Amino acid sequence: MEEEYGRKWDRCLADSAVKIATGLGVGIVLSVTLFKRRTWPVAFSAGMGLGMAYSNCQQDFRSPYLLHGHMVKDQ
Amino acid sequence: MLRVCLKGANAAARQCLCGKVAAHPLQHCRRYTSAGDSGVSAGKIVAASLLTVGGGLGGTILYANWDPKFRSNVEKTVPYSDQVFGMTIGPPPPPPVIPIPKKPAKVEPLQISSVSEATKESKQPKKEKKAKEAAAPEKPPAVEEAAAPSPPPPPPPQTIEEASAEAAHILSAIGEVPSVPAPGTSDQTPAEAAPPAAPPAEAAAGECHECAHHEPALKERPAEEVTALLAAKDKAEQDTLASLSSTLDETLGSSANVTMAAIGAQEAALSAIAVHTQKLKEAMDAEGAPDKKSAQWRALEEALDQRSRSVDEAGAALLRAKDELEKLKAVINAAKDSKIDAARPQVLAAEENLHNMIVDLDKVVGKVQAAQSEAKIVSQYSELVNEAKEQFQKELDSITPEIKASWKGLGKLSTDDLNSLIAHAHRRIDQLNRELAEQRVREQIHIETALEQQKLEHQKALEQAVVTALEHNREEMRLEQQKKVEEVREVMEAEMRTQLRRQAAAHTDHLRDVLKVQEQELRSEADETLKNKMQEQETHYRRMTQEQLDAFTLDMNAAYARLKGMEESIDSHVIAEEEARKAHQLWLSVEALNYTLRTAGADAPTEPLESAAAAVRESCSDNEFAQALASALPAESLKRGVYSEASLRARFSDVRHLARRVALIDETRNSLYQYFLSYLQAVLLMEPQQVAPPASLNADDLDTFKLLSYACYSMERGDLELAAKLLNQLRGEPRRVAQDWLNEARLTLETRQAVSLLSAYANAVGLGTTQAP
Repeated sequence: MEEEYGRKWDRCLADSAVKIATGLGVGIVLSVTLFKRRTWPVAFSAGMGLGMAYSNCQQDFRSPYLLHGHMVKDQ
Repeated sequence: MLRVCLKGANAAARQCLCGKVAAHPLQHCRRYTSAGDSGVSAGKIVAASLLTVGGGLGGTILYANWDPKFRSNVEKTVPYSDQVFGMTIGPPPPPPVIPIPKKPAKVEPLQISSVSEATKESKQPKKEKKAKEAAAPEKPPAVEEAAAPSPPPPPPPQTIEEASAEAAHILSAIGEVPSVPAPGTSDQTPAEAAPPAAPPAEAAAGECHECAHHEPALKERPAEEVTALLAAKDKAEQDTLASLSSTLDETLGSSANVTMAAIGAQEAALSAIAVHTQKLKEAMDAEGAPDKKSAQWRALEEALDQRSRSVDEAGAALLRAKDELEKLKAVINAAKDSKIDAARPQVLAAEENLHNMIVDLDKVVGKVQAAQSEAKIVSQYSELVNEAKEQFQKELDSITPEIKASWKGLGKLSTDDLNSLIAHAHRRIDQLNRELAEQRVREQIHIETALEQQKLEHQKALEQAVVTALEHNREEMRLEQQKKVEEVREVMEAEMRTQLRRQAAAHTDHLRDVLKVQEQELRSEADETLKNKMQEQETHYRRMTQEQLDAFTLDMNAAYARLKGMEESIDSHVIAEEEARKAHQLWLSVEALNYTLRTAGADAPTEPLESAAAAVRESCSDNEFAQALASALPAESLKRGVYSEASLRARFSDVRHLARRVALIDETRNSLYQYFLSYLQAVLLMEPQQVAPPASLNADDLDTFKLLSYACYSMERGDLELAAKLLNQLRGEPRRVAQDWLNEARLTLETRQAVSLLSAYANAVGLGTTQAP
């Protein structure tokens, strides 16, 4: 059970990292493409990513009895 | 770890987005660079992107090194990544070994059963032994019974044998009678011929009696003994006979010699006496010349000497002969006393010889005596003549003293002398005439008296002669009689033998008949005796067998009862042993269970207790209590095993750490911010590591940190139960965090409790089944 906590945090961090990175990326893209290289889309989407990650983390932490499934690929 | 996670996540994010994402920054970078900024910015961008990629790759590789799952994921998704990983960080680690549930020590229960089987098997040889022992006593009685009938049969046949042996002996003894001379003396009657036969028969019978209990092969011996005895007797007789005959011959010879010598001597004496007498006569009568006279007188003296000598000699010889004859007589008497028949003719001959010699000797002695008496007469006559002559001479001398006595001087005589001489002569003649007349007168008387004397003497001599003749005759008669007796005896003996033979034959026949009859009688008697004895023996035997049977039955019953008792005791023993074995088995299985509890690794649970519990259940299949206990083991421990206290303790620190960090989180407040706050609280709050829990908790003590301290204290002291109890009081997230640990602790506690109960129970049972010595 203690590992669950750690795993949760791992997931959370990974997720947040992904989200932030994704947000950052999207932000960069958007910033580059749509918003004339302004910084605010980057920050915005990064923030969006962060927020999503935060929310996910929280959600994850708040639902302790929710199991996380794994996709098993047939190889 | 978080940083690594961060990096890894970063890299993973990058990798997950694969080429889509990876390309973008580069494209962006390229676009950025291609948009036309200075090479420095392009170089910067390139460097930055390279750095990023390198960092991403490095991060991925590091993370893959750390997390094999991630590695496998990457290997699955990204081709050739496995080669990259193999080159950089080595081969993938081997999949974790899933512990296969091993069969617990089922060998031990089997061993116990084999021991019990061994004890079961040992029961059978004992049974077999008992059967053998029962069979063994049967054999000696059979042997004894076989031995018992054997002594009775031998005695009855022996009596018959005795009788037949006796009869055979008697027969054989009697059959030998003709060949054995009757050892009787001359005066014995023929009737005594039987008794001599009887003694040998008796002796034989006696011998038969003595040898009756020998084997029949010894029957021949007594007869042979008799013959041997008889032969020995004969031999002895022969020896004595030989000795006797030799002595007889010797003495006969010697006595004959001596007698001959004596007779010779006597004859010599006789002749000497005759010569002497003749000479005397001649000397008396002859009026020859004086020188002749003197010669005659001299010869006479010589003859006298001769006569005396020869008479002495004869006397000595006679004595010697008499001695010898006495000796011979003694020998003959001894020979007669020896009573040997064969010696009798010799004895008789010797006696005859003796008699003859005595007769001859007496004759010769008689002759000599006659000669001696005649010689005496002649000498008396000569003496008388001499006396007369001397008287005449004296007278003559007295008358004619002057004439010296010498017939030679006759011519010188005067007439006076002559006249006186003639007158003397006339007177002498007258005197002599008167004397003559007187003598004539007296002659008659003298002659009568002499005749009478002579008669007397003659009578005496006659008597003597008669006596001697009578003796001789008697002797002869005796000898003749003896001879006759001998002859008669021989004849009689021969006849006696024939008669005896006849009698023997008759006796044999009679004996045969009698023996037949006796045999019949004895046989019937013996049969009867045998029957009686057999019956006796039968009854005795029956009684004995019955007794033996009874004794045997008693013994068998006793043995059977004992056997039963023993069987029962063995059964009870077996039962007790079974109980003991079961208890032992239970104890062993419980020990195995205990042992499995100890097989917990540092972080791994023990082996599943399934098999051990199954073993325990098996070993106590009939015990409800143990069954209940065995089934009381939690399923999880059976399937998965339980953790050891050490691992729980180790885990507890993590739990504690985590529980501290989420101390503020519960159902109501569980946002991330709370998480951050609770983390901050955990970092900032200092409480003692271990605090001894109070005896009873109050509301203040339900604080997470306090509880954790209490629990830590109890854990350090090894009191898992209390720690679990304390942790059970946690609320909220700490409780959730500690839940697993709590479950494990609960499992462990449950299992341990159940196992300890079982163990205690097994010990108790084992003690209970232990048999006091």
